[in-house]
Amino acid sequence: MRLAILDSGHGFGTKALFAFIRAVSRQPVPEVLKLIRYRSDFFGAPMQKVVHEAMRGPSAWSVGDRELMAAFVAKVNACEFCTKAHAAVAAMAYHDDARVSAALSDLETAAIEEPLRATLRMLGKLTREHTVGPDDMSAVLAAGVSRKQIEDSLAVCYAFNTIGRLADAFEFFVPGPKAFEVGAKFLLARGYR
Amino acid sequence: MAYSNRLQALLRLEQGHGMSDIAQARKAVVARVLEGDGSASRALRRAAFDNAGLAEPLGTLIGKVAKQATTVTDEDVAAAKASGLSEDQIFEIVVCAAIGQATRQYDAAVAALESATEKSSHAPRDPR
Repeated sequence: MRLAILDSGHGFGTKALFAFIRAVSRQPVPEVLKLIRYRSDFFGAPMQKVVHEAMRGPSAWSVGDRELMAAFVAKVNACEFCTKAHAAVAAMAYHDDARVSAALSDLETAAIEEPLRATLRMLGKLTREHTVGPDDMSAVLAAGVSRKQIEDSLAVCYAFNTIGRLADAFEFFVPGPKAFEVGAKFLLARGYR
Repeated sequence: MAYSNRLQALLRLEQGHGMSDIAQARKAVVARVLEGDGSASRALRRAAFDNAGLAEPLGTLIGKVAKQATTVTDEDVAAAKASGLSEDQIFEIVVCAAIGQATRQYDAAVAALESATEKSSHAPRDPR
């Protein structure tokens, strides 16, 4: 973590929570939690509402689909922390590791549904090039994705284009696979609230 | 045809008024970081959000956060501190830069979706 305040500038209650998390999970406190809990009225609390709504709110996309979108956006941004974190949640939600690793390693050949593939392709371009055009959207619509589903996918993309940038700018520590597995269980059970 | 166009216009109008939960939540985040109290001035937070008009060394740091955050270095952050910013101020402007870039991407995508659906009204309306 590049800023000392994000590592150890939290109030007493949050520090106690972190000690509890370390004791119960036997894992380091996820650095994203340190970010979200630091002066949470400024960013963490309002952002959590966006993330929870995007990832767990009503949508025709499954939780697994949305977690895969999050991991995919993170992968395009080369954000290791978020890629691993959300690939773990997606794999757990789908009960299918292979589906997630296939989609992340080669979107075009992965055995996933065409509407999801077309959506991920568009989110990838938006993340990489910072913009997309009407033709990109027409291609997604033509794959059978509804307008509402596109909007839902853009909300996921927004959330993780924000969080991923912060993970890399502040240099979140990337723990081992066990920590991400513990985190994934928590996020599947509780969401992002 | 004309009826269907009018209906679509009405639906769009309704969407604009009854803003979705997520749209409201996104708006609240932006309003908080730009207009609420903070350690950094509102002008500085706005410049970081816009990734525009920042003097060095902040221009480099914020530009990297917006365009490729993996390229941010310890030196970029050290330079921001050396220019007189506190860690809280750096925290705030980096957060603003990340939200700003994600917002521009989102807005561009929604505009593209608008013009794509205006061109063709074949888009399935009902989710699967």
